[in-house]
Amino acid sequence: MTDAGPPPQGESIAGDDPAPAGGPLLTVDDLRVTFRTDDGIVHAVDGISYTVEAGKTLGIVGESGSGKTVSSLSTLGLTRSRNSQIDGRIVFEGRDINAMSDEELRKIRGNDVSMIFQDPLSSLHPFYKVGWQLMEAMQAHQSMSRSAAHTRAGELLELVGIPDPKRRVDQYPHEFSGGMRQRAMIAMALANEPKLLIADEPTTALDVTVQAQILALLGDLQRRLGTAIIIITHDLGVVAEIADEIAVMYAGRIVEHGSTGQIFSAPQHPYTWGLLKSIPRLDNPRDEELVPISGRPPSLINRPSGCYFHPRCPYVQEPHKRIDPRLESVAGESDHTVACLLSTDIRQRIWEGLQTGRDVDSLKRLAASGNGRSAPATIPAAEPGEEQ
Amino acid sequence: MTALVEVKDLVKHFPIKKGIIFQRQIGHVKAVDGVSFEVVEGETLGIVGETGCGKSTTARLLCRLMDPTSGTITIDGTEVGSLQGDGLKALHRQVQMVFQDPYSSLNPRKSVGSIIADPFVIHGLYKGAGERKRRVQDLMDRVGLNPEHYNRYPHEFSGGQRQRIGVARAVALEPKLLIADEPVSALDVSIQAQVLNLLRELQRELGLTLVFIAHDLSVVRHMCDRVAVMYLGKVVELASSDVLYRAPRHPYTGALLSAVPVPDPSGGKRERELLTGDVPSPANPPSACRFHTRCPKAKELCSQQEPLLEPKPGGSIAACHYPLTDEEIATRLPVALGRQGNGAAPASPSPAPASPE
Repeated sequence: MTDAGPPPQGESIAGDDPAPAGGPLLTVDDLRVTFRTDDGIVHAVDGISYTVEAGKTLGIVGESGSGKTVSSLSTLGLTRSRNSQIDGRIVFEGRDINAMSDEELRKIRGNDVSMIFQDPLSSLHPFYKVGWQLMEAMQAHQSMSRSAAHTRAGELLELVGIPDPKRRVDQYPHEFSGGMRQRAMIAMALANEPKLLIADEPTTALDVTVQAQILALLGDLQRRLGTAIIIITHDLGVVAEIADEIAVMYAGRIVEHGSTGQIFSAPQHPYTWGLLKSIPRLDNPRDEELVPISGRPPSLINRPSGCYFHPRCPYVQEPHKRIDPRLESVAGESDHTVACLLSTDIRQRIWEGLQTGRDVDSLKRLAASGNGRSAPATIPAAEPGEEQ
Repeated sequence: MTALVEVKDLVKHFPIKKGIIFQRQIGHVKAVDGVSFEVVEGETLGIVGETGCGKSTTARLLCRLMDPTSGTITIDGTEVGSLQGDGLKALHRQVQMVFQDPYSSLNPRKSVGSIIADPFVIHGLYKGAGERKRRVQDLMDRVGLNPEHYNRYPHEFSGGQRQRIGVARAVALEPKLLIADEPVSALDVSIQAQVLNLLRELQRELGLTLVFIAHDLSVVRHMCDRVAVMYLGKVVELASSDVLYRAPRHPYTGALLSAVPVPDPSGGKRERELLTGDVPSPANPPSACRFHTRCPKAKELCSQQEPLLEPKPGGSIAACHYPLTDEEIATRLPVALGRQGNGAAPASPSPAPASPE
């Protein structure tokens, strides 16, 4: 949504003044979220940075426990508690969400920034009618009469494609099917026409047909209202359909970030390769071998040394167990960053090898041949040994 | 090429009751309503469909975890529907099941060793304690679990490992038929492939026949030789994987396939065929062709006369009066799929080394 107001140059911190036009809608800078637990400190989010422009979609991809949900809950200040520590800056329209009081935050939540939660059945209140819950969302932020809010609730249900909205408005959540509940959640999130919509696994529990409907709906709403969307998912197919940019998260960090085209055509991080190669795809040969990522995600309390992915990485080299990689630009692509210690050249060859179905052992040797980081790797002839 | 399983006109209706003391029946949920198919020995048959189409009920009927309302299931020459007592016990040596949720399908108060040993206890096999333990540890090793974890409890394992425990328990008796009901849908993407590969390996090693139920069409294509598509308690299309994914004839199959997101931003541009609305209630299914309320091609005939499962061009069997034409298939399917070979004879899957690129 492009605000037509003149940019208020610098001091936009105070008051109801909307964002400086032109800047990103949301800037997350070195966000760290830790939770104190009986077992130790959980480093749920470990220094991530990204920006979201108005009208664009950012996809955050990762496994369970990679910190993707916590990072976006923090955007709404929902991880604040006695046992949590939030560092870094989350700047929405020029204002730092971390520095806001709870009172100020409440004005933003559900109004400028809203969220679609993963499980629609547990996120809707079973005792209240769907329409009532929609009205509450509106009346919390706008002065609106009951009847106006009720009419608007019906319109919202219609907007998200619920048939017979006049009747449905006065029904309870249990009378809705799974797909309809998810739509009602979306309607609620859109009630105040937010500038930023965070969708946490919005389609995970749904059938493909309903999933396609929901994704089409989100895209359509974005075009009409200019909403920025952050979509959190583990389904690469979903992000390919809807996202402009993708951030891949692993163990609380972003390990790769680039445009959707870059991530799918030239992925750089071994974890991204793993995600892409471990799912069967309709556009690949049927008998294609799946390459699972071995092992499982690390504990966020006792994190591995060096590169967090090294215990599961097939191409790990000795130094990777000590050196912690930084997120750096991929050579030649300034907007594509990756945190990997393999050299760009080696990564390129491994990815090409993976696509042509070369066996992993020869690719491991390829990785080993580039051990001196930027040494010009030669194609590994039948050079045996150096297995990890 | 003998059929291990023959299912004929299988019906399962659940009564809907009203009243607290004097219950009267006010209707039926027609979960499975006249399903017939065969499973050939050694093959993998996939069953796909949306939530509520009756795929899980079919699985449970095959295992006789439920009694069918009518129809027959013949497994290895035995009619399963009427089995009782010892007969049923004998059936369960042949037919085993892997459940969807690895969290609720394992008893949290039992150690992994005793969970996997349970089938042996029930069927009185390997009576010596040492021998039984050795068998269980063999199984754990075979499914990729550390045999030393014999005494651990389910909560100490991750989702993927729990599913391996479930698989180990299911293959303990070396059954002929394994029914996997959404075995990977509760798992993380990176772990799914581990379990899928495990099932394929076990199938090769033990010569299992597999009935694989899932809603993820990409996974089903990867795993299955033949696929049955179900809608509201009926099989609407049945074909080999190669045929079904290349030339689906039933509009419902076409819509399902076209809804699958393909992780390729360049290939995703296609004419999306979106089904509107939800699956109608199985308690009160639409007349004649049950899909006619959502079908983009429905005509008057569809609401009057029920289509039968008939062979359609291309080799699939579909229940539709107006099956998809080749042009429709070409525009609606994911681009890459349509490209793979339109109209080409669906030969046996060629062992292509990899996609040339």
